[in-house]
Amino acid sequence: MAAVDATVPVLELRGVSKQFLGVRALSDVGLRLFPGEVHALMGQNGAGKSTLIKVLTGVHPADAGEFRLSGAAIRPTTPQQAQQLGISTVYQEVNLCANLSVAENIFAGRYPRKNWRIDWPRMNAQASELLARLNLDIDVTRGLATYSVAVQQMVSIARALSVEAKVLILDEPTSSLDEDEVKRLFAVLRQLRGEGLAILFVTHFLEQVYAISDRITVLRNGEFVCEKPAAELGAPALITAMIGRELASQSSAAPTARPQDAKPLLRAEGLGQRGQLQPVDIELYPGEVLGLGGLLGSGRTELARLLFGLAAKDQGTLQVDGQPVQLDSPADAVRHGIGLCPEDRKTDGIVADLSVRENIALALQARHGLAKTLSREQQAEMAERFVKALGIKTASIDTPIGLLSGGNQQKAMLARWLATDPRLLILDEPTRGIDVAAKQEIMDEILRLAQQGMSVLFISSEMSEVVRVSHRIAVLRDRRKVAELPAGSSEQAVYHVIAAQEA
Amino acid sequence: MNTLFKHRLAWPLVTLLLLLALNAGFNSSFLHLEWRDGHLYGSLVDILNRAAPLMLVSLGMTLVIATRGIDISVGAVVAISAAIAAWMIGGSLVIVDGVATHASRFPMWAALAGALGVALACGLWNGVLVARVGMQPIIATLILMVAGRGIAQLITGGQIITIYYGPYFFLGSGYLLGLPFSLFIAAAVFVLLWWVTTRTALGLFIQAVGVNPSAARVAGVRARRITVWVYAFCGLCAGAAGLIVSSNVKSADGNNAGQLMELDAILAVTLGGTALTGGRFSLAGSVIGALIIQTLTYAIYSLGVPPEVNLVVKAGVVFAVMLLQSPEFRQSLRALVQRPAAGARP
Repeated sequence: MAAVDATVPVLELRGVSKQFLGVRALSDVGLRLFPGEVHALMGQNGAGKSTLIKVLTGVHPADAGEFRLSGAAIRPTTPQQAQQLGISTVYQEVNLCANLSVAENIFAGRYPRKNWRIDWPRMNAQASELLARLNLDIDVTRGLATYSVAVQQMVSIARALSVEAKVLILDEPTSSLDEDEVKRLFAVLRQLRGEGLAILFVTHFLEQVYAISDRITVLRNGEFVCEKPAAELGAPALITAMIGRELASQSSAAPTARPQDAKPLLRAEGLGQRGQLQPVDIELYPGEVLGLGGLLGSGRTELARLLFGLAAKDQGTLQVDGQPVQLDSPADAVRHGIGLCPEDRKTDGIVADLSVRENIALALQARHGLAKTLSREQQAEMAERFVKALGIKTASIDTPIGLLSGGNQQKAMLARWLATDPRLLILDEPTRGIDVAAKQEIMDEILRLAQQGMSVLFISSEMSEVVRVSHRIAVLRDRRKVAELPAGSSEQAVYHVIAAQEA
Repeated sequence: MNTLFKHRLAWPLVTLLLLLALNAGFNSSFLHLEWRDGHLYGSLVDILNRAAPLMLVSLGMTLVIATRGIDISVGAVVAISAAIAAWMIGGSLVIVDGVATHASRFPMWAALAGALGVALACGLWNGVLVARVGMQPIIATLILMVAGRGIAQLITGGQIITIYYGPYFFLGSGYLLGLPFSLFIAAAVFVLLWWVTTRTALGLFIQAVGVNPSAARVAGVRARRITVWVYAFCGLCAGAAGLIVSSNVKSADGNNAGQLMELDAILAVTLGGTALTGGRFSLAGSVIGALIIQTLTYAIYSLGVPPEVNLVVKAGVVFAVMLLQSPEFRQSLRALVQRPAAGARP
């Protein structure tokens, strides 16, 4: 811990309450942030973490509660105000403008000026400087969209740091970063902590909590559970505090031997797309979970897009049930019984303004077409069934899905595809940004579905998950398939293959 | 009462009623209806009849806007459709067996089919540009908006074609069961649309495409196909409106038929509570919006506003109506009213 006076909290919240449309999101929650500390805010989906941050940064007004910054009472009503007070935030979803340059994004709204004109050289120089503080050396005049999500994430942190901040809030900053990038981010956080900044850090990755945090606050169902130094709250105790009970022992895939004469449901031979994916051979059998191992950018998502008709292959063949097929659009793939939960839930998944019911019904209805329309009652019955089966937390099935928390949206996406009764389900990062218990539930669900004969292609950045659920693991590196490993392979084995020929 | 006002059609309806009351206040015979010559007669019937083309165009426009698009070519398509119908019918007085009768150049059904077919093709063109070529809707339809007037002029040879063919006039000025026939056309389209968007999944698909086209596509909705056909349908509606307009004025004027109708249609849709950002839409709202515009036009004429300034008056009223319908504006108005009251308390 840094040598700052760490006994007086720089930011203190007491008795904060907030309701949305009659649903209690926060009730009597407290939070203390000390200078020179990294504070982890933990809780399941819907525990109120994001709401607390939004109330704290003035996005939503609190119904009740006391806010003190360095002892003085504050009540920010807009994010700008919070920022002026010294509370900077990096939100869960990267919210920058993809069409602007990196430097413009960092200084949006407060471009440095000279004689009434924007001082571009100064802006670019300052942007480079800020990024250098994060050990990032990129061309700041290029459009943000040309950089990876990870870089974009760094840019939004740079943006938060470009104003004098006393408190830095990071809402799931690592959910789209790979391991190296996480390490780099943590190095930056340690440096900032050393400068006396109070950092609030929200994440679902337990190992990251212990790697970086000094103190942990746990929320559950919108209520404060406990605040403890990280050293005194071990992982099992933390999980128990988060879910309110002990986590059931983790199941692992039973390596069921495939019958000798089993026929593949889907077979890709030399499937590739120039610049995206080198030719890949892959077979998917009914009742099997095929895990895709590989780092960010290794071609996992590209393969999923080809298999679902979202991208057009320019070489190789695809067969479903031994018959060659041409997938020109997702609609074609859906007709063959293929479903895809996309990686980017917000842009490719949810239809935010429509209700949970309509979102769940969408894929099945699209498969049926116009001729066979589901009645409102049928939609409702189906939605209710999945809300119950997957434990989706929502005020009602007619709530717009955009109001749900990330994990519940993800479950609704899963429900959308399960409703179509698919033969092959492609899950691209289905557990990203959701809490431990929900992750476990989703993975249990995947295994259960496979047991019932569904074929699953499982993509995740968390190798431990891939290893746990997969019957086979196809390892990708540099946009090509480099190996296939059997069930029961260890994480180390997968990483070994990924790293093998890199030297 | 409160829940009544929360209904999305409440404010458009209040606006319409206010305008009707305004008319009735200035003109005591405004609400008067009587049976004359075998049909209903009165200002209200007149408004309904004249609003029919705009209702049709607005209904088509509603679906386009629901997909987050816009079609500013509808006015030009109205002119094209009117020109084709007028040219194909033409009409002349001929003496057959000593009796003077009207004869058309082509059979009337062929003229109607021709005009509607070309209007549909115009809509398809727009839809393909938007959904397949990937143009911005406002630019894609701007092409036909500009070129369409020229096409209409070509068809009419730069002249105003006058139609001499009795049966054709029934579309725009005939009566069925005592009510204007054009109203039945608009009603039929409304019922058809209402049925396909609520009783089939089309409404869900259109909304999904409007809110998040990418997510709709990933869910297996054939988003592009839907977009193409929504524009095609909008063109068809404009074509039908062109038939009514040309039948009503018994002529086709390539330059002025459907002039600025695209803006009236967009306004009607907006007045009816459908946001230009796509997604949720209200067909009934658009019909009410079209009626608001026609009632307003009627009011301006009947109040004797000088023709030079009537567009300014119209703009002023539209501005006021849009303010009234904005929840943000109503909220700040309420805050203004309530704050002094709250401050008065000790």
